[in-house]
Amino acid sequence: MDRLSNVLTIFSLGLILLVLSSVRRAHIRVEYSVSWLGAAVVLLILSRSTSALGWLSETMGIHDPPLALLLTVFAVFLFVFYRFSVMVSNLKDANIALTQRVAILEYYLRSHHESDEA
Amino acid sequence: MSYGPLLIIVPAYNEETNVGFVIEEVHQVMGDVPVLVLDDCSADATAAVARRAGARVLSMPCHLGLGGCVQAGYRLAFELGFDYVIRLDGDGQHDPRDIPLIYEALRESGCQMVIGARFAEAEGFQASGLRRLGIRFFRTILRPILGRPVRDPTSGYVGVNREALALFSKSFPLEYPEIEALVVLQRRAFRFVEVPCRMRKRRSGRSTITPLRSLYYIIHVLLGVFVNILKFERHRWRR
Repeated sequence: MDRLSNVLTIFSLGLILLVLSSVRRAHIRVEYSVSWLGAAVVLLILSRSTSALGWLSETMGIHDPPLALLLTVFAVFLFVFYRFSVMVSNLKDANIALTQRVAILEYYLRSHHESDEA
Repeated sequence: MSYGPLLIIVPAYNEETNVGFVIEEVHQVMGDVPVLVLDDCSADATAAVARRAGARVLSMPCHLGLGGCVQAGYRLAFELGFDYVIRLDGDGQHDPRDIPLIYEALRESGCQMVIGARFAEAEGFQASGLRRLGIRFFRTILRPILGRPVRDPTSGYVGVNREALALFSKSFPLEYPEIEALVVLQRRAFRFVEVPCRMRKRRSGRSTITPLRSLYYIIHVLLGVFVNILKFERHRWRR
């Protein structure tokens, strides 16, 4: 359990550092970093606090804390992926609408130029 | 016959070898009815060939896929005030000689959409066995959903009037639009009718349909149909 907790702590800290440095370099926008940072902080707390992990495994009805921890890791990242699927879908819709609008505006511009030339 | 406020749209993606012939044929049949080619960011000279053949071109800045591309055409047609739009594919499979038939049905039937159906009469090129099987499958699925039989739900040879144009400008399935569009129409109590149309082989080039894509198509469309039904039922329940 200790080894698993330590690995998870290192992983969580690494994830926080990676996300923060990506935000600083403007590779990730602040609003999209919140999900990752939230997930990393939750995992960090669970990996360091035995009472929190004990409460969680009891609440989940799992008497094996490492298993509860792994299931929580899985659930947290599943939630993050879901959130990003929603965001990607919204962005795709916005992209399509914008692309269509740009195409239509270009059409109007071209028609305008052609009628001017004529 | 006067074609008045009619626009022909031709979605095309890398169809430089076919689109020119399609436009010429449309002009031969329909005279000076405007033709708008929807170029879905082709890598070849589709747009230039279309312009040389006398069509207007709506060029997508990036590749949108069939539904997004067709919806852009519907949006433009709606903004320009067209009352009727007929869509035929840029690969030459749809015979432009059937356009007057679709147009007449659009005006006379009062239906919001007219489908050029390849099975309404067994004439001309027929689809492959796999595709026919797929069409049969969707006919069976759609029968209870639409409350009436539909012979060729996958046909991309369709005409719409201004009511459907208004609807599709706002809401149109983006990837594989034909079948889902029928459900969207039906859920809003719009009507459609099918007229027999001739299908031909592609003039040249290869179809992008593969068995794997066909499977993806079936799953995607089934999900799309299901989601459209849920969406409509939720709106109705809220009212």
